[in-house]
Amino acid sequence: MSREDVLVSAAWAEENLTAGGVVFVEVDEDASAYDTGHIPGAVKIDWRNDLQDPVRRDFVDRAGFEKLLSARGIGNDDTVILYGGNNNWFAAYAYWYFKLYGHRSVKLLDGGRKKWELDGRPLDADAVTREETTYTAQEQDLSLRAFRQEAVDAINTKNLVDVRSPDEFSGKLAAPAHLPQEQAQVKGHIPTAINVPWSKAANEDGTFKSNDELRELYKDAGLDEGKATIAYCRIGERSSHTWFALHELLDYSDVKNYDGSWTEYGSLVGVPVEVGA
Amino acid sequence: MSSCGAPEQGIALPANVDAGKEVVLDGKVTSGDTPVEGAFVRLLDASGEFTAEVVSSAGGDFRFFAAPGEWTVRALHRSGNGEVKVSADGPGLHKVAVSVG
Repeated sequence: MSREDVLVSAAWAEENLTAGGVVFVEVDEDASAYDTGHIPGAVKIDWRNDLQDPVRRDFVDRAGFEKLLSARGIGNDDTVILYGGNNNWFAAYAYWYFKLYGHRSVKLLDGGRKKWELDGRPLDADAVTREETTYTAQEQDLSLRAFRQEAVDAINTKNLVDVRSPDEFSGKLAAPAHLPQEQAQVKGHIPTAINVPWSKAANEDGTFKSNDELRELYKDAGLDEGKATIAYCRIGERSSHTWFALHELLDYSDVKNYDGSWTEYGSLVGVPVEVGA
Repeated sequence: MSSCGAPEQGIALPANVDAGKEVVLDGKVTSGDTPVEGAFVRLLDASGEFTAEVVSSAGGDFRFFAAPGEWTVRALHRSGNGEVKVSADGPGLHKVAVSVG
């Protein structure tokens, strides 16, 4: 896969806002951003209300994904361009869902909302309606998703990439610094994990670094290219961003996102935990 | 949402947050005397490593929950960028002012 197959630039996006067969989708944790202004013609997916299970700790199932995409007017043959705030964290998370459920053509807008806004490109608050479709999803592709036992089994055997900030990795902080710090889970990281904060894969404006820079970054941190890899963070969104860099940009073959991440692992009884840098 | 006439301060802390336990960096982005909305405010640790990012509110306000130590707060906006160093010695509210443009 080439970079152009998975990533589009803001300039390309602006030129293709009304192109046929292309659907722009904004994905945010704070869905109010869309309502105050979005890329013209983009539809909204609310990460919490549309993509998370309302009761269980899990995300939208296959039937729910089909219903959601049908209602948003997204067809199986459409090219979906995802973007959002938080340096595309939740857009990257949604990208991973689209891949899990077998969507053929999905790309991220490089830099997301941030780059778009810093460039001064157009936003509007117009209501967007698209004709409903009948979307068909596939069963989840579990070669992309790691569960808790796989995370435990990966200790000393696979690359574990902890993409949280150094202070979360070492156990100084329990969550990113824009969130309150009192949490149920213990602090620390999975033993043998390397710490490569997601932010090292991105430039200040939110765009991804070049493939050469990315390859060097993970190699220098101790990633063994000959081994399978599991990426995790706190709730699975920042690790989707790194999963994208490793699996989609660098084309490493066996890379899974552990969406249970530290929220789950740090709550498990009896598993090993390491603290310190 | 209007904050006209309100005393100069950040937005009230959520009820479940205890400022006596949290190290709160509470600040405002301005350009001259004008609050800057929609700036991307980045918190960098003592080594310059990225830690968190938020977007400033209509009143230019932003907030981080950090830990004691030395921090840099850097703001990006289409009108320009700016940054300031902050030293947080312990729990409580630490005021930060960042100027851009």
